[in-house]
Amino acid sequence: MSHLNAEIRQRAEALVALYPERRSALIPLCHLAQEQDGWLRPEAISEIGEICGVTAAEVKGTATFYDMLHTEPVGKYVVAVCTNIACLLGGALELLEHAESRLGVRAGGTTPDGVFTLHEAECLADCDKTVCVQVNHRYVGGQTPETFDALVDDLRAGRLDETVPPHGTLVRVRRSVGLQADRASIAAERAREAEAKAARAAATAGAGENKA
Amino acid sequence: MAITDAPKIVTARLDHDDSYTLERYLATGGYDGLRKALTMTPEAVAAEVDAASLLGRGGAGFPAGRKWSLLPAKAPLTYLVINGDESEPATFKDHMLLEGDPHQILEGVLISAYALQVSQAFIYIRGEFAVGLERMQQAVNDAYAHGAVGANIFDSGFSVDVVVHPGAGAYICGEETALLESLEGKRGFPRIKPPYFPAAIGLYGEPTVVNNVETMANIPWIVNNGGAAFAALGAGRSAGTRLFALAGNVRKPGNYELEMVKTTFRDLIYSPLLGGGIRGTNTLKAFIPGGVSAPWFGPDQVELPLGQDEVGDAGSMLGSGSIVVMDSATCMVRAAWRITKFFSRESCGQCTPCREGSGWLERIMYRIESGDGREEDLDLLMDLCDNISPGVAWPPQQTTICVLGPSIPSSIASGIRMFRDEFLVHVKEGGCPFD
Repeated sequence: MSHLNAEIRQRAEALVALYPERRSALIPLCHLAQEQDGWLRPEAISEIGEICGVTAAEVKGTATFYDMLHTEPVGKYVVAVCTNIACLLGGALELLEHAESRLGVRAGGTTPDGVFTLHEAECLADCDKTVCVQVNHRYVGGQTPETFDALVDDLRAGRLDETVPPHGTLVRVRRSVGLQADRASIAAERAREAEAKAARAAATAGAGENKA
Repeated sequence: MAITDAPKIVTARLDHDDSYTLERYLATGGYDGLRKALTMTPEAVAAEVDAASLLGRGGAGFPAGRKWSLLPAKAPLTYLVINGDESEPATFKDHMLLEGDPHQILEGVLISAYALQVSQAFIYIRGEFAVGLERMQQAVNDAYAHGAVGANIFDSGFSVDVVVHPGAGAYICGEETALLESLEGKRGFPRIKPPYFPAAIGLYGEPTVVNNVETMANIPWIVNNGGAAFAALGAGRSAGTRLFALAGNVRKPGNYELEMVKTTFRDLIYSPLLGGGIRGTNTLKAFIPGGVSAPWFGPDQVELPLGQDEVGDAGSMLGSGSIVVMDSATCMVRAAWRITKFFSRESCGQCTPCREGSGWLERIMYRIESGDGREEDLDLLMDLCDNISPGVAWPPQQTTICVLGPSIPSSIASGIRMFRDEFLVHVKEGGCPFD
């Protein structure tokens, strides 16, 4: 029984088919699983492993390296406040302090109602709009303590549901944009690769025999 | 010096609201470069790029044409991988290009794939760029439908597939061998060198070329106008225009495309058409000329031109093209501490000098900033820096697999060299004088 729902599972298999090696789809599949569950549940990790042809431990080993992949539950909204140099110069430490007191959690924590997880982020590459904040990896513009309070109110009231989708950085890609790689072309490419690999393996084996 | 009337090469389309669509791209000469390239031999296309003297726009500044020539001749299988994992703090140019003009990048990728005779390309995009990922995937889909990607593109007999791949939040994946590991579904651990370039052993162990997003965005213009026209812009080794990401305490932070070498840091920071000067009534205290891995410059260095060698000769680097301006109200200890904290968080952990050293440095910097520092901490900091990068010189010596390690001492060494008194005031007064 698949843990990933039919829609996500179908997309996962379409993604795997794009790569020369299945394992390359591991990170995109983690994003898809987070779109469904918000975080990487053990069942999802196992299923991603099966799809990519690696063990669950290898999936977890990769996932724990990356900031965006969560192996513990997170809130409905992951609020990331950048405090790196450009934002620091724009008052980021003050904003983070304000965010901590407004949400009642320290950076890294989740509110008891499960709505917000607060992250202190590294540079989010939007440095002409400080202090840079992302909610579920969507930019919400340069923030001040005042605008941050309004942002929290809007999120709680569901007024930003259009611009801030649920988890999964690929959710908008999946919903609004197809995945139309040319199947025939990819199949031909795979065949060429297999041929080249076989040719090289034969050449290497030949060289080995000569040495012997 | 002044702002020149050099053409806008990578930002020409960005004034349009629909700059990211295929319709706008085609209406403004889009894919003409690809069509032209397909009438040339692959070698002739590569020769144009080589003649352009285009330096890679990712950070290391290696000539793109030479990087291509490192691919083994007649390799049976090769990959082209585009690095869109922009994470150098205060760098936000690739983010803008990915959202604003994905087709221009894609056309560069397709032309490059043809020149290199590569039939599979990957565009690795930073995971946090949700909109960039969406726009680039849409661009790839539309280009497939337009006949520019896939089998037998524009009836040329050449076939190429392009996959848009998301990262998941790790600075180190901007290092090209770490990026390849990540693209293989692994932890982003940089690979041992040599080989110094993945041209020999790259993705899945196959010959691979890795180029930056902005580098790719320049390729269509180069093919349309000729490598010589590109090389005629700028001066010396720094040809063409370049995107400079201006951040920090200026009135108008933003990305500015400027002809290389012809413009100075003073122009960029103070010109009313560019940065507009220091915010408020403060004055310039220091600036970082090329991402936080670069040593800092003081106000006496604003006359330096924005050129690769010019900045290199002055003891720093143009790096990722990001300029961070710090004004007179900035605490330099706090600035250096935050940059060190960044490296400490982003060290991949493979090499001891970087993994341990960055954490120790961060804790010492924090105790100075928060008032618990000791005078001998300054020597201790420099001693630790020396362990990570012997001599603490520029260009730096390396004790680690990748250049993240030797980038760590830059801000601390700059801070102590330029603002030693400020560090000592923190120690003597038992706190930050800027609080």
